[in-house]
Amino acid sequence: MGDAEPLVRWDWIGRNWPSIQTLLVDHVIMALVPVLLGLIIALPLGLASVRWRLLYQPTVSLMNVVYSLPSLAVFIVLIPLTGLAERATVIIPLTFYSLAVLIPAVVDGLGSVPDHVSQSAVAMGFGPMRRLLQVDLPIAVPVVLAGLRVATVSSISLVSVGALIGRGGLGYLFIDGWQRQFYTPIVVGIVLVVALAVLADGLLVLAQRLLTPWARARRTA
Amino acid sequence: MITFEGVTKRYGDGTVAVDNLNLQVPTGAITVFVGPSGCGKTTSLRMINRMIDATEGRILLDDQDVRKIDPPTLRRGIGYVIQQSGLFPHRKIVDNVATVPYLLGWDKKKARDRAMELLERVGLDLKMADRYPFQLSGGQQQRVGVARALAADPPVLLMDEPFSAVDPVVRTSLQDELLRLQAELQKTIVFVTHDIDEAIKLGDTVAVFRVGGHLAQVADPSTLLAEPADDFVEGFLGRDRGIRRLSFVSAGDLAVRSEAVVPGWSVALDEDNRPLGWRPDGDGAGLQPFGTVDLKKDSLRAALDAALLAPSGCPIAVDGDGRFAGVVTREALDEALTRATRGPSDG
Repeated sequence: MGDAEPLVRWDWIGRNWPSIQTLLVDHVIMALVPVLLGLIIALPLGLASVRWRLLYQPTVSLMNVVYSLPSLAVFIVLIPLTGLAERATVIIPLTFYSLAVLIPAVVDGLGSVPDHVSQSAVAMGFGPMRRLLQVDLPIAVPVVLAGLRVATVSSISLVSVGALIGRGGLGYLFIDGWQRQFYTPIVVGIVLVVALAVLADGLLVLAQRLLTPWARARRTA
Repeated sequence: MITFEGVTKRYGDGTVAVDNLNLQVPTGAITVFVGPSGCGKTTSLRMINRMIDATEGRILLDDQDVRKIDPPTLRRGIGYVIQQSGLFPHRKIVDNVATVPYLLGWDKKKARDRAMELLERVGLDLKMADRYPFQLSGGQQQRVGVARALAADPPVLLMDEPFSAVDPVVRTSLQDELLRLQAELQKTIVFVTHDIDEAIKLGDTVAVFRVGGHLAQVADPSTLLAEPADDFVEGFLGRDRGIRRLSFVSAGDLAVRSEAVVPGWSVALDEDNRPLGWRPDGDGAGLQPFGTVDLKKDSLRAALDAALLAPSGCPIAVDGDGRFAGVVTREALDEALTRATRGPSDG
């Protein structure tokens, strides 16, 4: 590369836009599916942990161990099972990472229901199921959404690592740029990953405002 | 009528919260459970709607054993108010109040109409209806709590230290409000407090509990003040029992002299016949302070207080509009106080 090589070559972006788009879509799918799966699995596991307190510590410890495993190592272990460069190879470990954030979020969310509120729900004649659906879960929403924001942003960033096993969405741009000592794809990759994270986080904040207009006061009400 | 028959609550570790409680809570009146922490008053309250189940004995609600009623059904028929309001933070005030009607399957419109009616009844601005609990003050939240408890018009209301978390001024107004509502609604109310003054103010009957879940005394407030059953009750009642008991003796029997003079003093009146002060005989000295008593409404305690406020030593009797109705002499006050002491159970 010469001295005059610019940081970004706009013409490269123009020429490669269709493939960048494909990578972007792939990235979004591999980042968000784990969070969705994580939420679907975390709800019953979180509820079970609240119901049977003994379950909570082992579950969280296990999830923390999983969280501490390097993602690349897990990808490689999974390759024989799910295949190289397959979405599932990335989605499965990322689902576990989401769980590590979301199970405590669900448990904390349910724990954030003030005692006097649960008591009065019982005293007014709510049955257990109705209380869960109409009182406990709605009140848990702000805390669960906070966990969901962390899980989503970290998932968006972690997908890139999958590029090392051939399926990393926008992460491919980093490898491509690094191998060719050509900065443009790297810059494009970083900008898009960050933009994606900011957008997803913003949408979740918006959802929180709309879903829980009462939440500003959760400590005083 | 709620009847406790030999009710005991014993926990797994051997702690006895309530010990062989026998008590009748009369219909249409306020019964206050009062006592220090750990006396079992709240446990006793919660056994009524089965938030806690008794270990022994039974509780009858209009001759029906509460243990034979499915808890949610039982609870929907009993209003419940707790200390920190217990409002649902995620529901608007109107929906909070309509909670039990919703549970009973009323249609939404009817439930909300009923909720609005109740908000008005407990003295809340209807603008509050669409707000969330956090937007209300502690006192307002407590009013909403009372409205919510009344929503499905239950015959029985359980109130567990409902006013202890608000400041004294708000507490007084909430207490007055409750008494006003009760005069209209005549619910069977069980009210738990650790504040003996609140118990005496609100209770038609006061049940004093002592630590260990024993009932120390059950009586109307006047009798309680006049004849505490033992040292514990006497100590719990605190100072000035004699004067506080006078609150339950009407001033109506006081003899009134229509002349506006007593030896050494005369009452100065404005053109509307309202008292301005006591004028001492002789020249020069200005008007002196005075106290008034409305014989139709006030108690003997107010009359005594009015006497103590004036250097003449005599209460000025006034009518409902604050106009001069006469002077109560010290002799008349003395006689009334003597009568009150002789017949402690009158009230």
